[in-house]
Amino acid sequence: MIKKPKGTKAEMEHEIETTGHEWDGIRELNNPLPRWWLWTFYLTIVWGLVYMVIFPAIPLINKATPGIIGYDSRAVLKHNINHYKQANAPLDRALITTPLEAIGENEELLHYARTGGAALYRTYCSQCHGAGAAGAKGYPNLLDDDWLWGGSLQSVYLTIRHGVRAPEDDDTRASDMPAFAELLETDQLIDVTHYVLALSGQPHNPSLTSSGQRVYTENCADCHGKEGGGDRELGAPNLGDAIWLYGGDRTNILATITNGRQGMMPAWQTRLSEAQLRQVTLYVHQLGGGEK
Amino acid sequence: MSEPSGTQSLYAAREPVFPRRVSGRFRTLKWGLMVATLSIYYITPWLRFDRGPELPDQAVLVDLANRRFFMFWIEIWPHEFYFVAGLLIMAGIGLFLFTSALGRVWCGYACPQTVWTDLFILVERWTDGDRNARIRLWNRKWDLDKIWRRALKWVIWLIIGVLTGGAWVFYFADAPHLAYALVTLSAPAVAWISIGILTLTTFIFGGFMREQICIYMCPWPRIQAAMMDEDTLTIGYRERRGEPRAKHQRQLDASQHGDCIDCGACAAVCPVGIDIRDGQQMQCITCALCIDACDDVMKKVGRPTGLIDYFALSDVEREKNGDTPRPAWRHILRPRTILYTIMWAGIGLVLVYGLFIRAEFEFSVSPVRNPVYVTLSDGGIRNIYELRLRNKTAQSVSVRLGVDSAGAMPADKITLSLNGAEQPIVRIKADATYQQRVYLHAPPDSPAAGLHASPVTFWIAPEGSDQKVYVSSIFNGAGK
Repeated sequence: MIKKPKGTKAEMEHEIETTGHEWDGIRELNNPLPRWWLWTFYLTIVWGLVYMVIFPAIPLINKATPGIIGYDSRAVLKHNINHYKQANAPLDRALITTPLEAIGENEELLHYARTGGAALYRTYCSQCHGAGAAGAKGYPNLLDDDWLWGGSLQSVYLTIRHGVRAPEDDDTRASDMPAFAELLETDQLIDVTHYVLALSGQPHNPSLTSSGQRVYTENCADCHGKEGGGDRELGAPNLGDAIWLYGGDRTNILATITNGRQGMMPAWQTRLSEAQLRQVTLYVHQLGGGEK
Repeated sequence: MSEPSGTQSLYAAREPVFPRRVSGRFRTLKWGLMVATLSIYYITPWLRFDRGPELPDQAVLVDLANRRFFMFWIEIWPHEFYFVAGLLIMAGIGLFLFTSALGRVWCGYACPQTVWTDLFILVERWTDGDRNARIRLWNRKWDLDKIWRRALKWVIWLIIGVLTGGAWVFYFADAPHLAYALVTLSAPAVAWISIGILTLTTFIFGGFMREQICIYMCPWPRIQAAMMDEDTLTIGYRERRGEPRAKHQRQLDASQHGDCIDCGACAAVCPVGIDIRDGQQMQCITCALCIDACDDVMKKVGRPTGLIDYFALSDVEREKNGDTPRPAWRHILRPRTILYTIMWAGIGLVLVYGLFIRAEFEFSVSPVRNPVYVTLSDGGIRNIYELRLRNKTAQSVSVRLGVDSAGAMPADKITLSLNGAEQPIVRIKADATYQQRVYLHAPPDSPAAGLHASPVTFWIAPEGSDQKVYVSSIFNGAGK
């Protein structure tokens, strides 16, 4: 008869125990773990302890234990921000010293201004003008070709810098669309509403436009122009176009004339640096395609 | 739960293994494979491949900073990572194929752990001598001779480790430049850290851990054990022929003894320290050195070779029943391996096909959805699109961009303009992506301005050519 080996060599030499479990003749050996595995396990514990001593680790009520090397992720962030600020310093200087209209000639500077401006826009402007810059009722759409206070780089820059009807800035853009409810009779308000509807080519009651035109000439033409073309110096909207900041239907126009409109935009020079103001200007200016 | 009753320790120290030198056909094959694999590993980063002046000339380069992977004439961009995924799937199925046909053949011949351990043992044999000398040295007290031999061995191992890590980093940067930077000590920290880590792992894994990696750390052997079946060719001991074993001198009557002369050569050469005669063991990496050792002995004692050999477990049954074992090709060619081969080749063909049909130039236009349209002063409607052009060639390209209206809309009504550009012509640098905001304008009262959505087709054509490439999109109107 052929001699059958009874198990592995290791089993025979060291008589490895089994756990006593057996399934269909397969015994479960109780092999010892390798000792280096144990040491590796201890090493991970030591690593953890050393880590806890070196780095901030145990959360306390106000802050965590500081760690002996004084690592602080906020300090690292501050350091990194300063690093990039310093790296960008020449670009910021160039941005301030270059005339706005000439920035576009320097491709690197323009790219820096627009990407920085996009980030600043998301932080400071998107709350009112929208993430896509499409605006909302009372907040101008920056993607179209209509600019209340002018769409040139210089005009956009001044609007951002000084704001609109911003009480904190003496040079702010200011004009008054009064509440005509106190100045006109109700039928005059309705007549002029129909005249404004006629100006922008919308459905209106033709029998009211001639009296409406009289009211318009006396009360509105000083700012909005004889033909309703508006005046950018005064931030008076063009009434003949298809863009309406507060809505262009009869109800909204009547509400605007009756109650007046006093939209407000902060003067950003109090919060943004000169370089940042110029970055936002270059970003916002090109959104609608860019006006010369 | 049953309590382990005995006195044995919960932990065991590593049993040192001192593989003896062996020669034979498998050893020769393995030397050849070692030279081949190490050569591929060390030489590949130094191969040059001309891609023109604007792209790197390293044949194989993983350019993490620029997110490009170069492999000879193939260049992979991040969005084409599925090619790499496909290669990994092929590698996986390839391992299934080889494991079901030949068992742990990867472990025994091609795994870096095996190849580098083999190299380290070669060094060990040179500094310390063969098996018996190494055992003597191991058992000896620390004296000057032992100290300098150990020091010499470890220094050579460390040099191999440094070269291993050193070659690795060349795959991730221009090799000649990085080599110069390393020599002048001006290389970036990440290069030094990578070399340091790989030096340490090579030194420890190849010098001290060796079979412990395969037994306790690597998951692949456990998976492989589940993938083998009774037709898999694997290394084993022909027990029926070998037993009962007896020392050669005591084999007075050959008829009462098997062919095994119990010389222990098979166990002495084993790099994982097992005795193949104990049967299939989880430690075995099928390096086939025991076959060489036993064949050598069988020749010397005048017996047929193949006492330890590649065979399938189903043949053991067959031999027991007096049948002739099936030839090796019948074990290898069976539905399972054929299926693996078909899957493997199928994925390979798809990848190659994908490589051939992929465009060198990609053109996409996505409408901006916030807002879906912009009303202009005159009542016209503007839509904004993000144009994305990818130039995967080594030359910069200039293209003209235009729009055709498809279907309902009169073509002359919709006009295209680029944000910040006078002309609808853009230039895309070599190996770069170009992004641009594009405007489409529909005049007031035009059909497109009034409809909710109208189909439009953008086209690009290389400058001075009318070969247009089209991409369709949607124009959103006010939908009054």
